[in-house]
Amino acid sequence: MESVTLLGPQLPEPNLRAALTAAGLAGPFASISAGWQEREGEIEELQRHVGAPVIDLQIYARSEAVFAADPELRDAHRARQAQLQEMQELYGLQLNHAKQAARELFERGANGLAPGPLLRVARRRAVAALRRLDRAHFAAIRRVHSQFDARFDPATRPALRAAVQALRHDLADARVVLIAGGHVAALLNRLRLLGAASWLRERAVVAWSAGAMALTECVVLFHDRPPQGAANAEVFDAGLGLVRGIVALPHAQNRLDLHDSARMALFARRFAPGVCITLDPGACLHFEVGGDPAATWPRLALHAATFQLGRDGALGQLPPPAGVA
Amino acid sequence: MHPALRRLTAGGAPDMARVHEFLERERFPLVARDGVTFVFSGDAEAVNLRCWIAGLPASQPLERIEGTSLWARHIELPENSRIEYKFEVVRRGHGEWLLDPLNAAQATDPFGANSVCQGWGYASPEWTFEDPQARRGSFDELGLEQTAFGERRAVRIYLPARFRRTRRYPLLIIHDGADYLRYAAMRNVLDNLIHRLEVAPLIVALTESPHRLVEYAGDESHARFLAHDVLGALRARLPLTDTAETRGLMGASFGAVAALHAAWRFPGTFGRLLLQSGSFAFSDLGEHRRSPAFDPVARFVNAFRAAPGSPAQKMYMSCGVYESLIYENRSLLPLLRDSGIDVRYEEARDGHNWQNWRDRSRAGLSWLFPGPLWMVYE
Repeated sequence: MESVTLLGPQLPEPNLRAALTAAGLAGPFASISAGWQEREGEIEELQRHVGAPVIDLQIYARSEAVFAADPELRDAHRARQAQLQEMQELYGLQLNHAKQAARELFERGANGLAPGPLLRVARRRAVAALRRLDRAHFAAIRRVHSQFDARFDPATRPALRAAVQALRHDLADARVVLIAGGHVAALLNRLRLLGAASWLRERAVVAWSAGAMALTECVVLFHDRPPQGAANAEVFDAGLGLVRGIVALPHAQNRLDLHDSARMALFARRFAPGVCITLDPGACLHFEVGGDPAATWPRLALHAATFQLGRDGALGQLPPPAGVA
Repeated sequence: MHPALRRLTAGGAPDMARVHEFLERERFPLVARDGVTFVFSGDAEAVNLRCWIAGLPASQPLERIEGTSLWARHIELPENSRIEYKFEVVRRGHGEWLLDPLNAAQATDPFGANSVCQGWGYASPEWTFEDPQARRGSFDELGLEQTAFGERRAVRIYLPARFRRTRRYPLLIIHDGADYLRYAAMRNVLDNLIHRLEVAPLIVALTESPHRLVEYAGDESHARFLAHDVLGALRARLPLTDTAETRGLMGASFGAVAALHAAWRFPGTFGRLLLQSGSFAFSDLGEHRRSPAFDPVARFVNAFRAAPGSPAQKMYMSCGVYESLIYENRSLLPLLRDSGIDVRYEEARDGHNWQNWRDRSRAGLSWLFPGPLWMVYE
């Protein structure tokens, strides 16, 4: 892996080109727009913006072709998705109650005075209960994926093997892979099917919004003001894990009640030691290889317009990039 | 009395200059947390506030402020209320209905315009205004030569932004479609909510009726028109998901009656219903208490109450608490729920009008046709 760059949304003002320049990245480029689903490959604007040809890797279309050619794999994939969906619903039910208890404890005493020792203990226990729930769910998701991978080795599935070979062929000349946002599940499922964690590590990767989420270890879905629903942030899936130790929060300004410190404190504590990082328009986080492999993050070489959610629920500055005092 | 009016009259009758300054400075009607004071300025023999709030008189006199040409009336109005009104100004023994000259806020409907009083805390939802960031849907026309009415009918079609024939879409049929577009900002609502991913991209068929009080009143031909003519033509021409769960009917007032009736007559066809201020007249014994236009409605609603069946799986229903139909809508709710329909019901401090229906459309559409907001991070 040469480097990974995570960006915020590219609308209304894209910062991809500026980020490429800042990170010293140049083409040839390949793109993944599977999150756009049936609009995959409509990359004219993207090409205009980067000012260079971009090879469309057709991840969504290739996946559909694999499913058409290998019905057993398709059915197993659907069965896995149905299982994950049921797990998500059951987790959501439990989450609703646990989150409500934690939230009430954080709102209690939110009057500017320091919480008393009993309240502090109760809050800690409520957060611990939530964290246990999140972690158990995450572990169960990973088990489901592991079992699937053990059962369906790509080497034994001719259609899948051929698709990955063709993809690697198209990718051969590309130095930078651009991963657009969109539907995070559609994107992640297809990246996983085609073994992206392996071939993405061989290149520089620049990803935004859902693309950025897919590169982290744990994908967390969130929206504090949906027109319907419970609005509880939830662990959704295991990401590709190219970047460790962070929870990517695209559109944080729009999707989160950032001024509700009790709510944000709970959010940050649930996913600690993962660092919750906002990715709003203009945001840029650039990681490079060469850091301590045991470190929580890869080496953060550059960042701009991003913030981390503190344990107190406030937005704070990220640590200085490596090499900067 | 509103504090601004109390200040004006505190030292006795104000002179012309102070009255003029008062009229220039304040926004009318005068809104406070506990209510609203309506003000009219001008010579008249009497001035009446005319508004249509269930439980309040339809006409309430304004009182002249002594020594001035100002008239005022304070009414209690809970927070987040919105009412429409006119002034009846009596001069030389003749009453004339006027829009409030001191209030620029107006709402239009097929019968004209009313002044709008926005109570404490009310604001027009921002998603009802044109958003330059939102991609715009497009319109098409569909002519149906053969219909259940024995005559040609035209249907306007809304296609969501980035529509493509390779994808399949849910379908919503909206009664009084032109009025929804004109008076309830339906184009902005659809464009914005689809753009914001709160509502799934959907195809919308906007229907009209030249005889809505007949055709929308539980009429067999109209139900066939929707279930056979409109649906058949759309199936043939557009990529519909084409399951009951992704087909919906929407309407307000008599349009809501028509929607419920069609779904009831053709069970399993329309799985989603969005009913606003439905004119669901009924009687438990003897005659209903509304005008003769409601006779066929009451026949249908009584039959529906006797055998509701399973007209839809999910329903959004709303009604204003300031309209008399709140009684009928509340009465219908337990029956719908007992029939196994997943109903979301909402009441608003508003009346029987298009802005009420506009303001509730987000809750209804996002409930019946939820968008991928939770999953999409563009």
